[in-house]
Amino acid sequence: MCGIAGVIHRDGDADIGDEMTRMLQAMKHRGPDSTGYALYAPPTDGIVIRFKLADANDERDFEFGERLERHRNEVESRLGKIGATVERMEGDTEYAFRARVRYSGDLKALADYLEDVPGCEVLSIGTSLEIVKDIGDAETVAGMYHLGGFRGTHAIGHVRMATESDVDISGAHPYWAYPFSDVAVVHNGQLTNYFHWKRRLERSGHRFQSECDSEIIAVYLAEKMVGGASLEDAMHQSLDDLDGVFTYVAVTADSLGVAKDEMAAKPLVLFETDELVVLASEEMAIRAIIDHEIDTYDPYEGQVLVWSR
Amino acid sequence: MAEGSSQRVTYDARGLSEPTVEIPRVSQIDGKSAVFDAGPLTTRQINRELRWLVYERGIHDVTITNPGAKHSLGVAILARCTITFAGSLGYFGCGLIDGPEIHITGRVGWSFGENMMSGVVVIDKNAGSLTGAAFRGGDLVVRGDVGARTGIDQKGGTILVGGNGGMNIGFMMQRGRQIYCGNVGPGLGDSMYDGSIYVAGSVKSLGIDCVETEFTSADQELIDRKFSIYGFGTPPMFRKFGCGKQLWNYDNLEPSERKLVL
Repeated sequence: MCGIAGVIHRDGDADIGDEMTRMLQAMKHRGPDSTGYALYAPPTDGIVIRFKLADANDERDFEFGERLERHRNEVESRLGKIGATVERMEGDTEYAFRARVRYSGDLKALADYLEDVPGCEVLSIGTSLEIVKDIGDAETVAGMYHLGGFRGTHAIGHVRMATESDVDISGAHPYWAYPFSDVAVVHNGQLTNYFHWKRRLERSGHRFQSECDSEIIAVYLAEKMVGGASLEDAMHQSLDDLDGVFTYVAVTADSLGVAKDEMAAKPLVLFETDELVVLASEEMAIRAIIDHEIDTYDPYEGQVLVWSR
Repeated sequence: MAEGSSQRVTYDARGLSEPTVEIPRVSQIDGKSAVFDAGPLTTRQINRELRWLVYERGIHDVTITNPGAKHSLGVAILARCTITFAGSLGYFGCGLIDGPEIHITGRVGWSFGENMMSGVVVIDKNAGSLTGAAFRGGDLVVRGDVGARTGIDQKGGTILVGGNGGMNIGFMMQRGRQIYCGNVGPGLGDSMYDGSIYVAGSVKSLGIDCVETEFTSADQELIDRKFSIYGFGTPPMFRKFGCGKQLWNYDNLEPSERKLVL
């Protein structure tokens, strides 16, 4: 089933870590397997890399800890070799890390070089984007990664009921649009021409972190935008190119958009003011962060809506 | 169930179920009317409080404040009574009801009024997709917009919509009436068997086997009456759509004969 959520403060910032946690926890019944966040802090000069060196449910053999330490050091070493200056690197868990670096080179080369380290998977790279995802409900994940108090401008989130791939971090949403900075997607539904688009995008040089159809959308959109399309144009085009039933939310450093397939088969409820847009698979998630009576609506079939800051 | 007793539920979806739910008994009762705050209550607590009031205390006028868009509220009420939800409901609200008059001051989510058998429901704002799925009787009034597949598999009664409708309105509808004061999306009345759909605004496209049919004085009388009852003002001009009866299921073959042919 899965549940998706998004919030964008069009003027100013807020504790989006706490807001998204409350929204996602309210939808725990839609997907208790894993929870993920794409959080957007105000942009800075440097970039933030979120990566993991193992999965949450990997077997803990006798060398697990030592191996992680060795691979972490290797990542740090490679960051230096490729020309990045590491300002700070810290671990939220024994296997998931956050690095703040200064780097002006090619992001694809950076991501590929880091992912060459055994077990390394880059979850996100961006000037403001940080993707955090793990097994468990929203309160569990937020507690592990200390997301309460994360101030930012916009965010999306996902609670997952695993149907077509494993219960692990790689199969959890959101997906970063490798190798494009600051683009992420959450999705509720199923793409029926997944393999067609996966092969096509792989021929263009992209790699995929998972077997999850949702990852296609992120890379698809980012490729269109690099080709000159706006987020809104890319999302409109996706309605023709992607088959299946879906509602997805896409975010960039300054925008948040939602697209609904032409069958309107997956739910989404919207609350919108001049300052704030909140959306979720269920209205009760919106009400988790708004304490007064509100008017909401459902987007119609084939509709694309984009809000920018 | 006797007052004070509890129900044992063995299924626990990873900590999400409520194995033991007492009737909260938080209502303020004044003669034959009662009001209670649903804000701090769970879905099962709300429904148990409502059923306790209607069935065991004989209260015929219940107001529920702060429903908070929770799911599955007000389902399976099979008594003549008046219920007001002061706020919005989530998914699967007021399904399987038979007899009550329900007023919702907010909005409702997907699959509202599913299998409703009789009574009246008035929703002041919008409704999600699949509103009135398999709707069997009574009046279901939405003053705002409705989502896709409203009245899917409808078997009777009247759905009156003050705003617009989404795609596949009346999909596989079998009987009954739907009235739209605004526009409707693509695939209107797709694969409908029977029944009537009235649209005042634009129709993006007709579904398979849906055709425009003659609008008669009886149709106008029906619309005038419904508009008058629910305070919709002067009716605009409507067009009427129904089933063209050209699909395979309208041929003269019995199912056994069709097997032989195919």
